[in-house]
Amino acid sequence: MSTTDNNRAGFLAIELDGAGWDGADISRAVLAAESAGFHAATFTDAPAPGRANALQRAAFAGPVTRSIALVPEVDTVYTEPFHISTQLASLDYVSGGRAGWIATAAEAPGAAAAVGRPSVTGAALGQEAAASIEVSRRLWDSWEDDAVIRDVATGRYIDVDKLHYADFETPADFAGSGYSVKGPSIIPRPLQGQLPVLVPASLLGEVPADAVDAVLVSAPTPELLAAEVLDVRSRVGASVAVIAELDVVLDSRGQAAASRETAFDGGRAFAGTAAALTDFLESLLAAADGVRLHPASLALDLDELGRLVLPELRRRGALRPVLQDGTFRDLLGLERPASRYASAAAGTGK
Amino acid sequence: MTQHNRAKSDVFQPTGQIQFGVFFQGVNSGTIWKAAESGSQTDFESFRRIAQTAERGLFAAFFLGEGLRLREHLGRPHALDVVGRPDAQTMLAALASVTRNIGLVATQNTTYNDPADLAHRLASLDLISGGRAAWNIVTTDNAWTGANFRRGGYLDHADRYRHAEAFVETAKRIWDSWETPAGPARRVLHEGQHYTVDVTPRLPRSAQYRPVLFQAGDSPEGRNFAARQADVIFSAHPKFDDAVEFRKDLVERSVAAGRGANAVQIMPASEFILAATAQEAAEKKEWVRSLQIGPQQAIAYLEQFWGRELSAYDPDGPLPEIDPVVEETSETRGSGFHGAKARQLADQWRAEAKDKGLSIRQFVTSKTARIDATFTGSYTAVADHLAEYARTGAVDGFNISPWLVPTGLDDIVNHLVPELQERGVYPTEYGGSTLRENLGLDAPVRSSDEAAGAVRA
Ligand SMILES: Cc1cc2nc3c(=O)[nH]c(=O)nc-3n(C[C@H](O)[C@H](O)[C@H](O)COP(=O)(O)O)c2cc1C
Repeated sequence: MSTTDNNRAGFLAIELDGAGWDGADISRAVLAAESAGFHAATFTDAPAPGRANALQRAAFAGPVTRSIALVPEVDTVYTEPFHISTQLASLDYVSGGRAGWIATAAEAPGAAAAVGRPSVTGAALGQEAAASIEVSRRLWDSWEDDAVIRDVATGRYIDVDKLHYADFETPADFAGSGYSVKGPSIIPRPLQGQLPVLVPASLLGEVPADAVDAVLVSAPTPELLAAEVLDVRSRVGASVAVIAELDVVLDSRGQAAASRETAFDGGRAFAGTAAALTDFLESLLAAADGVRLHPASLALDLDELGRLVLPELRRRGALRPVLQDGTFRDLLGLERPASRYASAAAGTGK
Repeated sequence: MTQHNRAKSDVFQPTGQIQFGVFFQGVNSGTIWKAAESGSQTDFESFRRIAQTAERGLFAAFFLGEGLRLREHLGRPHALDVVGRPDAQTMLAALASVTRNIGLVATQNTTYNDPADLAHRLASLDLISGGRAAWNIVTTDNAWTGANFRRGGYLDHADRYRHAEAFVETAKRIWDSWETPAGPARRVLHEGQHYTVDVTPRLPRSAQYRPVLFQAGDSPEGRNFAARQADVIFSAHPKFDDAVEFRKDLVERSVAAGRGANAVQIMPASEFILAATAQEAAEKKEWVRSLQIGPQQAIAYLEQFWGRELSAYDPDGPLPEIDPVVEETSETRGSGFHGAKARQLADQWRAEAKDKGLSIRQFVTSKTARIDATFTGSYTAVADHLAEYARTGAVDGFNISPWLVPTGLDDIVNHLVPELQERGVYPTEYGGSTLRENLGLDAPVRSSDEAAGAVRA
């Protein structure tokens, strides 16, 4: 996909953490990101005081926006894969096909204790993610596109031959407690068929590259990002998008970036003027399909990005056009896939 | 508010008012999909249209149902009714952005959720919506549904309310845990038979303190559970005499639970078939019923109980002479039916149908239509009838299932609501911005640290 056929034009995502839990604040932030020209907004769900559920924040944003992709983080370790699959499919419906999923699996003893399960660590994290992603993907396919037939003559609302059991079982070498998921889904196939699935590069390996649509790549300093992107690119091949993660703190309202207090680790963030960031992003987008920005302060940095950085990147031809009425898959250059069960001869009855 | 004193009293005092909620079921035979007006069951526009119409009619609440496994029929997904619905909380979070006052009620199950996770998501919905969230607590617990979940079907049916109550109490402690809107939070520990919870909650209380609790379950255990824990019961008893009886029963239970006679509101499930005249409404009802139970649904309904294919039988003819297959039938339509009684039931039904001269289709319609739950008539006559419920306090409102999506509330909002307002028994504006205010419920009092078994985080 992407780098080759889009002539190095990339996309920009912005993490909207810090917008708060109030509906009006979520609207304001996501509309600001959309009008600034961001292609996608992401919603972190890492446990922190005051942070409301990411998927619900994304769902709230669905009806108030038109073009921006809405991509929540959803944990795969301490959640029910069946619920996640339904929730994400529902997000696709309420956003008109603009939903994606950042599938996460992180060491989180607090999250484990909250649901009374042992804390999962190491390679087992990736296994949990891989299993949960596979469950969602099967369930999203479990209703073929034309399963709802509303055939008055035969009295059938659905064609049962076009519904399929997922029959998922965790593999024999699964480190955690194994489980199975029967299916079919309780919601018809998502508008996009399959939502784009994004994972942090740390999960690659246990999560096979062909199970995901994009990989999120971080580096200890901005200077090391491009090399890291190229390294991941060589591992995942051309069919998976590579997205660079960049913390930014900009000179803002007369205050130099260096003097702004931020929560970022020293050295990890890009700090400087809007003009310097524009140049940096232009070169980074030559290597990566997209960049996700984590602004130090949503209120301050989003404003600068929208006024100074994105218009200039667009003028230089470094950004893909924002899709009006497009899907998140369209943005990533992904075809709408047929259901994996579509060619199967039999439905759930056989 | 006078509500405060009412709630403490052991004598039930009617408010003289009723309210409406709308129940978008998503899976059932009551929603007509065969009419030209039948819209999508999944497009966001259908949900937006219904929620906004309900809000125009000052409805207190918009409900979504939940079923965590597709119903099956003779071993395959049931094909004849509307099916396939979105996740309740995801849809309600989206609807929060296009509505301002209406309550957003998610039916969520206590068996296939974790208390800390569900409480967190409900608290999120409550904050995002500005204090309009509610949880309709259900306890569906069969192994068949469990096949979709990590835990599987781990709970005995008899344990469902014990488990549900521990779950709800844990959720309440989670919602109660923030000292001030800025924190700090107290840690919540729960050690139960089936799960343990150790969490420092992440979200503060909402504008309505915590989500409003609805309960839908009709067994004695279910009613006692509601009397102890719920704010509103979503009942199955809309018919006037039954409603009066149910109120009496629930008042006794809530007084016994120490919560006073007025603590738990009642909103029965209902359906309205209305027109300008009684004659037109009766004709409309014929049409509605013929589309709710078509010939194939009639046969399929009998097949559930006969345990065998009956497609060779004429839906407009008499009930099958052939006997049911006697076996334990599955619980795959959500309700268990035991085959040992199948032959007895078949004999009974054949006799009844013959007696009344009913065809298969007519007979099944008489069994499945929400006869007791249906209000049919002219706008004025139905308004007069509902005013009687308000006057006597038989119910606090009705939870209406529209038989058409998305236009099924138009009649009610355009014609019935104004009639009720003229009679002084229906709100003329929203009482506040939160669901709790709009229902006239008291704000919960924060428990002391000791009562909550709190541990400092
Ligand atoms: C009006 C009404 C609506 C209900 N809606 C749902 C629903 O949407 N999903 C569900 O799983 N159970 C639903 N139930 C089932 C109940 O929550 C409960 O699990 C069931 O009635 C068994 O409990 P019981 O034995 O106390 O009646 C509903 C029940 C009633 C009376």
